Amino acid sequence: MGLSASPEHRTVSYAPESQEGWVTTRLDFLVNWGRANSLWPMPFGTACCAIEFMATAASDFDLARFGMERMSFSPRQADVLICAGRVPFKLAPIIRRIWQQMPQPKWAISMGACASTGGMFDNYAVVQGIDTIIPVDVYVPGCPPRPEGLIYGIRMLQEKVKNERSSDAGIRDEMEPDPSSQLYIPPSVIDELGEPFGNSVNQTRSGL
Amino acid sequence: MTRFETVRTGARSPSGQPATQRNIPHRGAEANPSAKALHDKFASAVERVEVIWGETIVYVDPTAVHEVIRWLCNDPSQQYDFLSDVTAVEYRDAEVPIEVVWQLRSLPYRRFIRIKSQLQKGKPLEIDSVWDIYKSADWLERECYDMFGIRFIGHPDLRRILMWEQYKEGFPLRKDFPLRGRFSRSEQLRQALAQNPEARYSMEELTIADAFAELPEDMRERLGKGERTGE
Repeated sequence: MGLSASPEHRTVSYAPESQEGWVTTRLDFLVNWGRANSLWPMPFGTACCAIEFMATAASDFDLARFGMERMSFSPRQADVLICAGRVPFKLAPIIRRIWQQMPQPKWAISMGACASTGGMFDNYAVVQGIDTIIPVDVYVPGCPPRPEGLIYGIRMLQEKVKNERSSDAGIRDEMEPDPSSQLYIPPSVIDELGEPFGNSVNQTRSGL
Repeated sequence: MTRFETVRTGARSPSGQPATQRNIPHRGAEANPSAKALHDKFASAVERVEVIWGETIVYVDPTAVHEVIRWLCNDPSQQYDFLSDVTAVEYRDAEVPIEVVWQLRSLPYRRFIRIKSQLQKGKPLEIDSVWDIYKSADWLERECYDMFGIRFIGHPDLRRILMWEQYKEGFPLRKDFPLRGRFSRSEQLRQALAQNPEARYSMEELTIADAFAELPEDMRERLGKGERTGE
């Protein structure tokens, strides 16, 4: 969503059925299998989605089945940033810093309507989607999502991890924000993403 | 009424009617005894007294509000010893003045009183701080300043509390503030990201500042060179 690869980014077609590069594909399989099943989440819970996230981690839904039982409360030892809840503008530099402190390989899950789009908080204080601050891999819709929804998002992320190739050159490059604006994506795209939708369109700006 | 008589929900009042919300008239109920005392003491400062849904509201002249609240706090017959809230109200109509509201509670006498003071628009929104009477007014007045732009004269540290300190768009709860803010989304995000999250706190608020002299020599030296700990 607004985060396209740079033109020089080289992609490798994935064809495991071809016997070409058997050793590297098997090695990729092993590494990805290990990574996908031991993702350590960095919980960034700011609102009610964090309650569902806690329910997901608790015994009924048991996130430990997917190798995620170890919540990493330090970004230095985390693989997945799970942003659960709305992010106000005052938190924007903090989530950006947490993201930049996480070592590669790293992924991000945007959990819930508010983290993904700003949700119903189309106002002066809330970021309209954390993809305007950090790159996001999986969006989980819902207000808040059920634990099954989050687990589905996590399984999708695991699929993504399992399809990565070590010969893909740019995949571990750290994205650097634009030095002047400190934004990852162009301002026009951010304005477009932050445009009002739904009922927000009918909210008038104060004419006073 | 003795000072510590327990009031239970649904208990019968002296008039025979249970003191539930249903039996409280919208207007015209009996005012809090403090209202009459205020009227006797500060006849020129008290503009009017209203009782709405059983809650006493006293409108006070802005120049006298500090004196009135000090008296309410200190006088043995009042003892409003707890400041619940300081906030403000701006009405839709442009000619209606902005009201600053103090919600006071007297724990010994089990009384609430609401003091309101009207600030005319077009003049500087300034009023005396009650920080020297209630220390809890510190953050409440900062919030009121942050959201409405009302300056509290005499507040020791009047700066923004919810929005960041370099917030340039204005005061969000004012009626002339657009719901989505004044700037475009990208500009809002750019300004927000330009903030250093650690620069929000004054040095007095950081415990490291208190403990700085007690740190080991080498650590003080490293911190003095700008190195950070805990990362």
